[in-house]
Amino acid sequence: MTVENSKTGVTAGVVGHPVAKLDSGEKVMGRSEYIADLYRPNMVHGAVLGSAHAHARIVSYDTSEAEKAPGVVAVLTGDDVGEGRMGAFIKDEHAIAKGKVLYLGEPVAAVVAETEEQARSAVRLIKVEYEELDAVLSPEAGLAKDAPILHENLDDYFKVFDTGSAGNLASRTVFEEGDVEAAWESCDVIVEGEYTTEPQAHVAIEPCGALAEVDAGGRVTLWSANQSVFRVQANVCESLSLPMTRLRCLTPRVGAGFGNKMEAHVQPITVALTLKCGRPVKLILTREEDFEIVRARHPFKIRMKTGAKKDGTLIARKCEVLLDCGAFADDSPGVLGYSLLMARGPYRIANVRSEGKLVYTNKMRFGAYRGFGNPQVTFAGEQQIDDIAEQLNIDPIKLRRKNMTHEGDPWFLGQEVRSNGLKQCLDEVEARSNWKKRNQAAQRPGVKRGTGIAVAAHISGLLGTGAIVRMLEDGSISLNTGATDIGQGSDTVLAQICAETLKVPLENVFVSSPDTDGSPYNWGTTASRVTYTTGRAVAAASADVEKQVKEHAAQMLDCDIGDLELRDGGRVGIVGSNTDLPFFAVSAHAHWAVGGPLVGTSTLVFERDTLDPKRAVAQGLPFPRIGVMSFSAVVTEVEVDEVTGQARVVEAWSAADVGRAINPQLVEVQLEGGFLQGMGFALYEEMVWDGARLANPSLMDYKIPTTRDAPGVVHPIIVEAPEPDGPFGAKGAGEICINAVPASIANAVEDATGFRHRSLPMTSERVLRGMMSADKTSGEEAS
Amino acid sequence: MADREKLNLTVNSDNATVDADAGATLLTVLRDELRILSPKRGCNQGVCGSCTVLIDGTPQRSCLTLAVTCEGKPVQTVDGFDADTKMALLRDQFQQNGAVQCGFCTSGMLISAWHLLQEDGALSREDINAGLSGNLCRCTGYQKIVDSVAAASKEASS
Repeated sequence: MTVENSKTGVTAGVVGHPVAKLDSGEKVMGRSEYIADLYRPNMVHGAVLGSAHAHARIVSYDTSEAEKAPGVVAVLTGDDVGEGRMGAFIKDEHAIAKGKVLYLGEPVAAVVAETEEQARSAVRLIKVEYEELDAVLSPEAGLAKDAPILHENLDDYFKVFDTGSAGNLASRTVFEEGDVEAAWESCDVIVEGEYTTEPQAHVAIEPCGALAEVDAGGRVTLWSANQSVFRVQANVCESLSLPMTRLRCLTPRVGAGFGNKMEAHVQPITVALTLKCGRPVKLILTREEDFEIVRARHPFKIRMKTGAKKDGTLIARKCEVLLDCGAFADDSPGVLGYSLLMARGPYRIANVRSEGKLVYTNKMRFGAYRGFGNPQVTFAGEQQIDDIAEQLNIDPIKLRRKNMTHEGDPWFLGQEVRSNGLKQCLDEVEARSNWKKRNQAAQRPGVKRGTGIAVAAHISGLLGTGAIVRMLEDGSISLNTGATDIGQGSDTVLAQICAETLKVPLENVFVSSPDTDGSPYNWGTTASRVTYTTGRAVAAASADVEKQVKEHAAQMLDCDIGDLELRDGGRVGIVGSNTDLPFFAVSAHAHWAVGGPLVGTSTLVFERDTLDPKRAVAQGLPFPRIGVMSFSAVVTEVEVDEVTGQARVVEAWSAADVGRAINPQLVEVQLEGGFLQGMGFALYEEMVWDGARLANPSLMDYKIPTTRDAPGVVHPIIVEAPEPDGPFGAKGAGEICINAVPASIANAVEDATGFRHRSLPMTSERVLRGMMSADKTSGEEAS
Repeated sequence: MADREKLNLTVNSDNATVDADAGATLLTVLRDELRILSPKRGCNQGVCGSCTVLIDGTPQRSCLTLAVTCEGKPVQTVDGFDADTKMALLRDQFQQNGAVQCGFCTSGMLISAWHLLQEDGALSREDINAGLSGNLCRCTGYQKIVDSVAAASKEASS
């Protein structure tokens, strides 16, 4: 039985239509293959041993017992890998611990056995002798004089930008525009506060895993749960000192990624294992391991100060952040720099300084997670906007509208913003939520009700991408971009862009799975970039094919190229006449007679500078070119139980400017799913460390929202301010939908309870304590 | 190494005899022995619901169920609903409403949703929220999943 996709029959105008995701048919049949579903002949199974210490030198290994255990094929330790190191910004990480262990649970050895159970039993028989070292468990401790140093050779590591690394300081970044210190004098109101956010686990429902096999020539093929086959290839080859030509990376379906599958997880170990034993090796993490050894959202410590005139004009903002890097830099220097770039918020503020430090600690690495540091600084910044609104007695939306950036304004540091739908986002959420009449519903006894607003911006980024569009002999289209669809539907969106450009039915476009052997380079499914960046390449490569089709048709029809047009259904014809040719005739002409097969290509790298040196100064800028801006506004209505302190989101309105919704339904899912993930982060998700040990690495102890926790309704509101060079005007949607959510909820909780929460998560206990202290305060003030 | 036993299972109306460890879970036997891969291992702890299958008509966590306890009871995975109209309605609604994102939770979600549809009459959103609360999804925010089940329920009961 197959399920028909009734909406793929749409031909003309496929962009802007909510066509069903191309992979949804196989997924509702249970037929999609994820990494754990792949099997190869003669395959064996890998398992890893986690370090018993947070910080220790490895003195020796005794693997003899493990090697004798039933089913064991090979054992791997740090002695088996060379000196190679990987890392997106600082190359500080071996494939497996070597010389030292830097966090509790860090993979220190691995076993391959005939069955997974045998591998997991045998790996525990490996004895590692350690010389324990003092551990660094907080960024403050890491910066202390005489702190134990994690990376003794940090100076020698390769770094992709001026990180300023020293001791345990992994990187530092400073940005400034205007003169903040001088500006405070001209402010009538200044708000200042310290804010903290806790680590959030990604909890993609599919745990990370990999499968590698080596052929007779020594070349390795690697499948893995990933957000970029090209980052997988780079990380494995750097850490194992392999030439990139020796490794082919492929992807099965991916059971979601929110940043956790962008950089390496177990791929380097899996490749090292297959190279050691010569057989295909599959290594799938348990949920607990996935919590303990992959990566998580950074805990932030933020000190922020914002000043305004009496009329509400924002004058100055200063933001200082301190980030826990964990044991390896991973994407952290980027998260630090990006959070500082976004700390101004989408406002015209003439004087802004943001600076921060990223400090190595003996914890698992923190890294990319949807929003990339932006939800944390927005949590602080958007609460300060509400504080100012309250002090000046200005409506929070009115204050935001007064200060918001407009099309053509520079972003912080100087990049021109060419599309800006923020005003429309604010207008929409204000009208749809009935903002002016908020909190007028009948109060229920025992429940406090409140409404909050927050706004944010986000990039649709950056770096290199490409597309190859081939017309096959029968006139159908093969699209190859190397972009991994992690479930969000990028294959469908890119196929829509291609189909629209070439005026062919969507089902005539086949999207190839990413393959480092055959796909053009694609940095990855990250930074909300695939629709915008790869979409640009797809549109250009499709237009390249259009040009070639017209060149052939002009010959075949004996007319000028300028007289030709593409027609719906995959035809090319002479304007103003019925004469036309189907694509298969054109393609046959190209394949068999003249010119050769039709292949359109485009590659690009995002080209606009982040920094205008005439406007701003920057030290330690991780991304000289970052991306175009999208915007959002989120109104949230909460109810707080006066007895338990539990805050619940009742209803929410989430508007996002995505330039152009190529597939509105897929944008809506981003807004809805992003809201719930942000809500979990705001209200209860928290990874808790007991000393060096992660105390809650399971779904029993780390709760993510269920259907019972979801708000009554989240209204997704699509705003379209087209980006001039975006494909059909499109920008990204994957992260803009989460950034303002925690701040919006915090402002709603403050509205309900009178207490401002400067720490996440806003658990029942914290909200209850907050309410009690707010009551006390107001009581004192009244007396 | 645990003793291996011969187990007689009925999965999606097919009889299968497998050698399995006495302590093997149904999830392990389905995936590793029978290569029925639609039930997923998301947590192996009975929380995420990705491994949900019907055992004797009731949704169960296959990761928490010992395979030996399933002898004599029909086991049904999402692969086993070819001729089922309610599952066809659910599948169609999931696709058309955008309820499928990464798809890792979808097999288990569909099993739980199908079980809800066995009740007479159209389901309320509260019924659906309660019935799906044991199936985690990290992508969708659940809204389009609940919409889909509500629409399928309405159609099935009309």
